[in-house]
Amino acid sequence: MIRIIDYKAGNAPSVMHAVKHLGFEAKFARQAKDFGDATHIILPGVGSAKATMDSLMSMNLPTKLEKMVLKRKIPFLGICVGMQILFEYSQEDDVPCLGWLKGRVLKYDTNNVRVPQMGWNQVCFTKPTPIETQQDDHYYFVNSYYAKPEDTADIWATSEYGGEFCAAINQENIYGTQFHVEKSGEAGLSLLKGFLSLERDK
Amino acid sequence: MLTKRLIACFDIVAGRVTKAVQFQDNIDVAPAEELATAMYTAQVDELIFYDITASAQKRKIDMETVKKVASKVFIPFAVGGGIRNIEDMYEVLKAGAEKISVDSMAVRDPDIISQGAKAFGSQCIVLSTQVKRGAATPSGYEVYIDGARTATGLDAIQWIKKGEELGAGEICINSIDQDGTLMGYDLPLMEMAQKAVNVPLIASGGAGKPEHLRDVFTKTQTQAAIISSMLYSPRMERNYSAQELKAYLLENNVPVRPFL
Repeated sequence: MIRIIDYKAGNAPSVMHAVKHLGFEAKFARQAKDFGDATHIILPGVGSAKATMDSLMSMNLPTKLEKMVLKRKIPFLGICVGMQILFEYSQEDDVPCLGWLKGRVLKYDTNNVRVPQMGWNQVCFTKPTPIETQQDDHYYFVNSYYAKPEDTADIWATSEYGGEFCAAINQENIYGTQFHVEKSGEAGLSLLKGFLSLERDK
Repeated sequence: MLTKRLIACFDIVAGRVTKAVQFQDNIDVAPAEELATAMYTAQVDELIFYDITASAQKRKIDMETVKKVASKVFIPFAVGGGIRNIEDMYEVLKAGAEKISVDSMAVRDPDIISQGAKAFGSQCIVLSTQVKRGAATPSGYEVYIDGARTATGLDAIQWIKKGEELGAGEICINSIDQDGTLMGYDLPLMEMAQKAVNVPLIASGGAGKPEHLRDVFTKTQTQAAIISSMLYSPRMERNYSAQELKAYLLENNVPVRPFL
């Protein structure tokens, strides 16, 4: 079963709509015991890193997710803030995050660009993964902060906003997109379909 | 490169899209769900829904329409009209919209902006405002509310600055003077606005030709533009598809998400 993590500040219903539209069955997950049957886990994200971390902790999810994703290697997709909190630290509210990936989340330079970045930006996929993507498609972004992975091998895709930034990450079974796949039209749906079609340990 | 957005805006009455000129004389266009799906297929970049009678009738927004659209349309969409508090906002987000547009309510109770931004993040809160030229305020533009019927005495530029301070993540400025005239966006207004705030700006009111989009995107830093009449108004001599508008804009070196 595909499990979409539903927490108060997230946009889990939008992600559920997209998953169902693609013909997959999915359920929300709101507590640790909901993950028993998980074949794929999606962490949607809107709002702040702190609010997301607080929600995950109040639902007692970090330990459970580590077991499922880091040990059992269940395919995982973090979207927007759901990707950012996979890193060690976010400058937003100065908050420690999950630390599955090495690196930090930093704010765009407001002297240089309008913040938040809001709109469709071209994405360049720099690393081959089992998920097929079109090289220069546009995806929908809404973010004031961006991830800076310490290990460039974790960078799946880049984009430009006042300079190059990391638009998507991948490390083994862990995927993350700074853009909203659920709101990026057919390009986003196609990427999401690729993720949902992944098999474990691949 | 971040591209400029073309936004289709729907004024909704009882689940159907209507089109007005200068906030009056609404005529029926199509069921909201049907037109939203058509706009998605046409590769418009974003949708905004205003439940235009919700506020005046003191009722909640039409959530069934929001839910139906959210299950078929996979681009961002904002919902406004009849939003009174955080609970209303939460309901709209749970129905599958990602942004909430606040307008008259925010003038009456500006705290709703900061409360919404705190609860759901600034990116969720669009401050939408109706403004009209007039000498009475410092910038020469005054804020109107209640479907552009009531003057507030607020200066438009001061109001959007306050909105940004309170946490609005985006500001949509609708020129009452230009609305429905098909004579182009109010460029001096957008220029003033871009100097006043750092958040993305949406221009609304007046688009009638592709050149109007080119002008607002090349002569000002406006990041998104509302194009309702051009896309679907039966009052227009001709409508334009998002595809032809995008092709025109790309030819004129305006970055937009290309039609695929």
